[in-house]
Amino acid sequence: MQVLTALVKAFLVGGALCAAGQLLIDRTRLTPARILTSYVVAGVVLGGLGLYPKLVEFAGAGASVPLLGFGSLLAQGVRRAVAQQGLLGALTGGFTAASAGITAALFFSLLAALAAKSKAK
Amino acid sequence: MKMTPEEYGELARQASPPSPTGKNLAMAFLVGGGICMLGEGLRLCYRALGATEQNAPTLVSVTLVALAVALTGLGVYDKLAKVAGAGTLVPITGFANAVASPSIEFKSEGLVLGLAAKMFLIAGPVLVYGTAASVAYGVLVWLWGLF
Repeated sequence: MQVLTALVKAFLVGGALCAAGQLLIDRTRLTPARILTSYVVAGVVLGGLGLYPKLVEFAGAGASVPLLGFGSLLAQGVRRAVAQQGLLGALTGGFTAASAGITAALFFSLLAALAAKSKAK
Repeated sequence: MKMTPEEYGELARQASPPSPTGKNLAMAFLVGGGICMLGEGLRLCYRALGATEQNAPTLVSVTLVALAVALTGLGVYDKLAKVAGAGTLVPITGFANAVASPSIEFKSEGLVLGLAAKMFLIAGPVLVYGTAASVAYGVLVWLWGLF
């Protein structure tokens, strides 16, 4: 039962965050690249204010999988690093927290691109 | 015929086909929610397998990224994205797709300036503004701690 509740919460919250993005695309003609960028920056702000971690606590992957969660992760990483290393943490914390996702995206993309047949232009 | 920009806008709006916003929204909600639910399922599995509370979401991100990149390579993700819109864009899989897709497409322009450089076509701005915002936040946190 607990598992089912967690899955439903993730579906509803994640779905709502995606629907909000669709609304932005349809209503404002923001390009996808701008949507991605704004979601990450908004995530940094919401994470910095301490609001987004509460949503992650509630919805689990429903909040951490959308790119707002990526931004929130940057903010949390920076806060932790500043607490440990002072001002230097402002520069190290973000990538430290987000390193797995970024490195995975780059490394797997390299493999996929090398494996893919080059399309004739 | 003379028209104000507002009149022209109204005319253009009437002439253009109705945007299927309702259907777009529903698809984005369903597919995006589905990806997040898959993520939550994975998170619970990793937790059950002994991953820490902190590591489990990271493992979920890595798994979803790998999956999205593989599906991009097979040409499936972009087909799904046509139907799902923001549903495939907003989750971290959308970021992975944005890295993999141009990298595959521009492979023919070379391994350095094609494949590798074009990885950052969309991911670049995301990382630049995301990290810039986090640095600004870090400086604020640091200043706050001084007083």
